[in-house]
Amino acid sequence: MAVETAPATTTGTRRMKVHVTVNGQAHEVEVETRTLLVHFLRENLGMTGTHIGCDTTNCGACTVLLNGRPVKSCTVFAVQADGMSVATVEGLEKDGKLDPVQEGFHEEHGLQCGFCTPGMMITAAALLAANPDPSELQIRQAISGNLCRCTGYVNIVKSIQYAARKTRETAGGKAPDGG
Amino acid sequence: MAVEIGGIGQSVKRKEDARFIRGRGNYVDDVKLPGMLYLDIARSPYAHARIKSIDTSKALAIPGVLAVITGKDLVPLKLEWMPTLMSDRQMVLPTDTVLYQAQEVAAVVATERYIAADGVAAIEVDYEPLPVVVDPIKALQPGATLVREDREQKDNHIWHWEVGDKAGTDKAFKDAEVVVKQDIYIPRIHVSSIETCGMVASFDKINGKLTVWMTTQAPHAIRTVIALVAGHLGLSEERIRVISPDIGGGFGGKVPVYPGYVLAIGASVLTGHPVKWIEDRSENIQADSFARDYHITAELAAKKDGTMQALRVKTVADHGAFDAAANPSKYPAGLFHIITGSYPFAKSFVEVDGAYTNKPPGGIAYRCSFRVTEAAFTIERLVDVLALEIKKDPAELRMQNFIPPTAFPYTSSLGWEYDSGDYGRALKLAMDKIGYAELRKEQAAKRAKGELMGIGISSFTEIVGAGPSKHFDILGIKMFDSCEIRVHPTGKAMVRLGVKSQGQGHETTFAQIVAEELGLPVGDIAVEEGDTDTAPYGLGTYASRSTPVAGGATAIAARKIREKAKLIAAHLLEASPDDIEWKDYKFQVKGVPAKSKTMQEVAFAAYTNHPQGMEAGLEAVDYYDPPNLTFPFGSYICVVDIDRGTGEVKVRRFVAVDDCGTIINPMIVEGQIHGGLTMGLAPALYEQINYDDDGNIQGGNFMDYLLPTAMETPNWETAKTTTPSPHHPIGAKGVGESATVGAPAAIANAVVDALAHLGVRHIDIPITPWKVQKILKEKGVAE
Repeated sequence: MAVETAPATTTGTRRMKVHVTVNGQAHEVEVETRTLLVHFLRENLGMTGTHIGCDTTNCGACTVLLNGRPVKSCTVFAVQADGMSVATVEGLEKDGKLDPVQEGFHEEHGLQCGFCTPGMMITAAALLAANPDPSELQIRQAISGNLCRCTGYVNIVKSIQYAARKTRETAGGKAPDGG
Repeated sequence: MAVEIGGIGQSVKRKEDARFIRGRGNYVDDVKLPGMLYLDIARSPYAHARIKSIDTSKALAIPGVLAVITGKDLVPLKLEWMPTLMSDRQMVLPTDTVLYQAQEVAAVVATERYIAADGVAAIEVDYEPLPVVVDPIKALQPGATLVREDREQKDNHIWHWEVGDKAGTDKAFKDAEVVVKQDIYIPRIHVSSIETCGMVASFDKINGKLTVWMTTQAPHAIRTVIALVAGHLGLSEERIRVISPDIGGGFGGKVPVYPGYVLAIGASVLTGHPVKWIEDRSENIQADSFARDYHITAELAAKKDGTMQALRVKTVADHGAFDAAANPSKYPAGLFHIITGSYPFAKSFVEVDGAYTNKPPGGIAYRCSFRVTEAAFTIERLVDVLALEIKKDPAELRMQNFIPPTAFPYTSSLGWEYDSGDYGRALKLAMDKIGYAELRKEQAAKRAKGELMGIGISSFTEIVGAGPSKHFDILGIKMFDSCEIRVHPTGKAMVRLGVKSQGQGHETTFAQIVAEELGLPVGDIAVEEGDTDTAPYGLGTYASRSTPVAGGATAIAARKIREKAKLIAAHLLEASPDDIEWKDYKFQVKGVPAKSKTMQEVAFAAYTNHPQGMEAGLEAVDYYDPPNLTFPFGSYICVVDIDRGTGEVKVRRFVAVDDCGTIINPMIVEGQIHGGLTMGLAPALYEQINYDDDGNIQGGNFMDYLLPTAMETPNWETAKTTTPSPHHPIGAKGVGESATVGAPAAIANAVVDALAHLGVRHIDIPITPWKVQKILKEKGVAE
């Protein structure tokens, strides 16, 4: 909360009921209107896979999909997500099968401490949904709002390329590495 | 066979990934306990001010705010000050005066995170601003504003430290044919791991047990520190449990004890509730310890032909308001005296003076072993200054001067015994890989056309793996590290260590060492770290010490097990132990491969059929005191292009040849190098924490402090040579920080090289477009 010594904000702020579908499951929760989506996910729903790495919308550790679009959930109020669907890292694995992005990050050593990883993978998943065959530059542009301090990005790029290959191969029945 | 075992040298995929890729990591902020309260901190807007009053009434009136803690509240508990690792002390909360912007002033404890923040906003502090000193050189001048009124010594000088032969060095300089001298400022930067710092403290009033989940790189040392600092409050070391769960990056920033930790523990002890404290990014970047901030004057004496003879270095170190650096006790300037680098200086002398300023504490690492980047950057920059002076190719000058491979073990003129090295081989490989001769031709052609392209080299020598107990301790605790291995009856093993991974992949690499030594598949070996109730005591993970120290402990503990296992195998094979050999990951009767026992068979027997007179079980522990440090090295070559319009430096290619001795997991080592290179690129071109004259931080959040993104970071090209450490049990040297140490000089040298024909000899990092454009304009070549 840094250095301000501003007057107190009004407490007892308004509360509102929000209806949000997270990873396919509907939730109805009453929250303070000022509750950030990331805190809603982490504190109200106990889904701690989405992380918080900054307070200025720079690092992207909190990236989730809101109605399919990547957003930084530290800069969205929970009430703004009312009636919408949210996808988080916890929903990537389906029926015990890893998403190609998850597989890529493991195979290509795309993570070290793991803290930026959920946001990075969600951003990657959104990219591949929109562009199944991205160039290296397109991948780098897509993840440029996600900071990683451990990997130097090289292997993250490779991880996403792996996922792109895998997805195309599954969709088009191509041979591995064929894409 | 080796592939199935997953032993040393295999790129085994990481075991820890399984939870991280599913969002199932367990970081400190993920810990939630029943009845947990939240703590938030009010901070000073002034860099130096007297606190006239603190009015907490409005904060306390907010429903849900349970307590506000100020410095005065800590006095009866004797907790308003805490000791630092460097025999100084640091305020937990001020009773009278704040010494830097964003310093902790009061803490609010509330039922919810947002209410704690409301409480912080409602605290009213009346400050009387005082004069500020932010420049350490001015701070050391007579009559400078006094930062630390609490000290007996009434100036800002902390300590003077020197090493080397002063008289001999001065004489060498007097007699030298060529002397070059360069002022170099290595600015203040911040590690900014993506996870900030935080703690959940839970004090159980009934049994007096304190459990903390904490973002710490050194849980065992922290436990002892808590016992020493708060022993008078009834906290006793056997009832303190420090858990360092998954850590979202450390890089040195999670070694110190910050006031927030002490406040969270205090709040839990006082309320009897668990208390969570998690920093915001802005708090993290404004108040947690900083790295570097060294003002260096370096001189090199040489013969006309370039033969290096002597080195003389004078430095002022800005430590901020408290000397809270994290160095081994004996070395207030860390291992800065590795500054002779890869060259055999006959004479050298280094002196450093520490200064207090109105800034947050400085002097921790930034992904480098104790001040090693400062040293490597200085010598590698200075070598290029000499090359320019005598008009010699910087690669040739390095090749001419390297300590030859035949000279190892080599004792430097500042007293280090380098374990092993082959510097020429690494540089040669880097030159071949990048096509050095061709690049020089291309550069000449471009220069003729007015285009700016530069090639920079850095042939660094690192010093890691602290360290031998004879010289290395922190707060008196010797810098050994430990490993305990238990082999269960079914042949599976549990391995616990005194270090703590923050992303380095210990769960995989340490399992590989055990796999190699015991012949158990890597998948059957579980590695656990970071819980002081279960792991053996160790000093933690920083300064690239995990592999050199705890890796040694792991190999030796495994060998102790193998020794015992051999006796059991002899018993099972009805042979004399002298006739048993360890071959192909099995015990066999010499010359009779058919008569053999696997480690799994032996493990089962250790619990079911052990020889009479022998203790049952199969486990061992080792506290490894390394005989020496390790000296990883490498040669990096960087190619940059400079935009004459914007002044932007673009790293076109970067080849990194590293030699970290024996490699346990090539995939993980390469990943460490990629990350290290990026944290070398960052201070070279982007990152700096500045203060204005009033001590206001410039760049105290991620809007203004520029961590490289995927767009700035080039595709790193790596290669290796392997020169094992002769004294390490598996020959490994450590690698986590080499690239951070080596890269900045290569980049800076490349930029200077691009501009050298215009008369440029040095540019302080970070080399921002603004700085470059200013030079281009001065030289009349800006577009």
